[in-house]
Amino acid sequence: MLEIFIFATLNGIVTGLLLFMLASGLTLIFSMMGILNFAHASLYMLGAYFAYSVSIRLGFWSGLIIAPIIVGVLGALVERYGLRQVHKSGPVAELVFTFGLAFLIEEAIQFFWGRDTKNYQQPEILDFALFTLFGQEFSAYRGFMIFISVAIFIGLYYTLTKSRIGIIIQAAITHPHTVANLGHNVPLIFMCVFGAGSALAGLAGVIAGPVLTTFPGMSAVLGSIVFVIIVIGGLGSLAGAFIASLMIGLLQSYAIASNVGMPDLLNLLGISFERSHPLNDLWTITLPQIAPILPFLLLVLVLVFRPSGLLGKRE
Amino acid sequence: MLEVKDLHAYYGKSHILQGVTFDIGEGEIVSLLGRNGVGRSTTVKTIMGEVAPSGSIKFKGQEIAGKKAFEIAQLGIGYVPENRDIFPTLSVRQNLILGMKSTVSSGRWTIDSIFEMFPNLAERADVHGGVLSGGEQQMLCMCRTLMGDPELIMIDEPTEGLAPKVVAQVADLLQEIARRGVAILLVEQKLSIALKISRRVYVMGHGKIVYRGTPASLLEADAIRAEWLEV
Repeated sequence: MLEIFIFATLNGIVTGLLLFMLASGLTLIFSMMGILNFAHASLYMLGAYFAYSVSIRLGFWSGLIIAPIIVGVLGALVERYGLRQVHKSGPVAELVFTFGLAFLIEEAIQFFWGRDTKNYQQPEILDFALFTLFGQEFSAYRGFMIFISVAIFIGLYYTLTKSRIGIIIQAAITHPHTVANLGHNVPLIFMCVFGAGSALAGLAGVIAGPVLTTFPGMSAVLGSIVFVIIVIGGLGSLAGAFIASLMIGLLQSYAIASNVGMPDLLNLLGISFERSHPLNDLWTITLPQIAPILPFLLLVLVLVFRPSGLLGKRE
Repeated sequence: MLEVKDLHAYYGKSHILQGVTFDIGEGEIVSLLGRNGVGRSTTVKTIMGEVAPSGSIKFKGQEIAGKKAFEIAQLGIGYVPENRDIFPTLSVRQNLILGMKSTVSSGRWTIDSIFEMFPNLAERADVHGGVLSGGEQQMLCMCRTLMGDPELIMIDEPTEGLAPKVVAQVADLLQEIARRGVAILLVEQKLSIALKISRRVYVMGHGKIVYRGTPASLLEADAIRAEWLEV
């Protein structure tokens, strides 16, 4: 039991931190520009594919550096030559633009890389067990994922709260005109934030690709959950996104690792149903089966009881 | 240093500035006076690029009409808006850092020199800007703009809503700014501080400059004061 709990916690942390890398960029872009970027998860997928292509020529580590840079530059270009123009037409146009961009990226990926799953692998140097507990191995690569995610979180936290550029970004979120009057190029700051958010999504794709498999549907796997996270955390709140990411990661991990279900609950209550009962599927459902819908269930609960999210401010 | 010629500006269909012409020399304190709604604030917002201009605005001989606010600020014009716009969740020190145009302050003003001038701000360096008093916020807002080392600073109603003691401190700071070679365009409704520290004054009425002179000549021009300034 303890081993299941420990490994479920570790896996939950890995997933949660990965989700945070995606959610942090998305929430940062939303708080600065008021844009819900539907193409964000597509940029994550693009990161994995670029890293795959770079890794087969130059190795995993080159991909780890080059792919996020390419995705970041692409994101900045999308902001500069796409969103900035569309912004004049209002938020609905922006939403439709990012929605269309998501489809465009997905189609482009299938066009250039094909529909099959890519053999994007973790580096050999990390292909060993970091530690063995209760006879189960925890891979070094998962440890590496935790390390990268935590490093990114600390770097992001430091940049946003302690550095001069972070102070300018924080101020530009609420008072863009005043920041411009002090001599700071706010559109350039917005473009850089969009680029950095995209690069973070790309980096998440690079490190997730070998574990969660690199295939054209990988953006759909995490994409909707990332939106759930930023709503649960509170739109625009980085700390909220961090808490919600870990919450969702752990929730899903515990649900998958558990072996309880409706039969156990019914037994406890002393109720039993025949196998021929029309709702037999419902009475036999288990927690691992409903793990994928738990984030959405949590979303509904948060929207009902705390619509502004965990750390969001009600507007 | 600043030459404004035949400046027009509109809010929608309203013709707010109707041919404003004035100039400011290097290191000079010049006041723009007038009642509420005559276009004083619009004049500085237009110079700063916040309102679309038509006409000519030259700063150090360079045409700046139509440039963006951040470009105008980088050329050396500072602007302290009437609403102060302190960043409430940033500390006093962070508010000052925000005013710097590069990572190192290399101009006339440093954080240390500002804290030396205003021990009140130094004591509250790590306090959020939102909890400061109105007077402290005004000082912070002016100092934040100074951190960008402007050659001309435009200040909109700096004494609005402040206690007489704090108004005197604002006047002292304005004179200190001028002593360090920074020109000042002071937008004011009250005559007391403007007449005390300005070298020249302009009076606005109905979107135009209706009087130009010195503080002494304005004091003697009873008819002008009665028509355009007194409530």
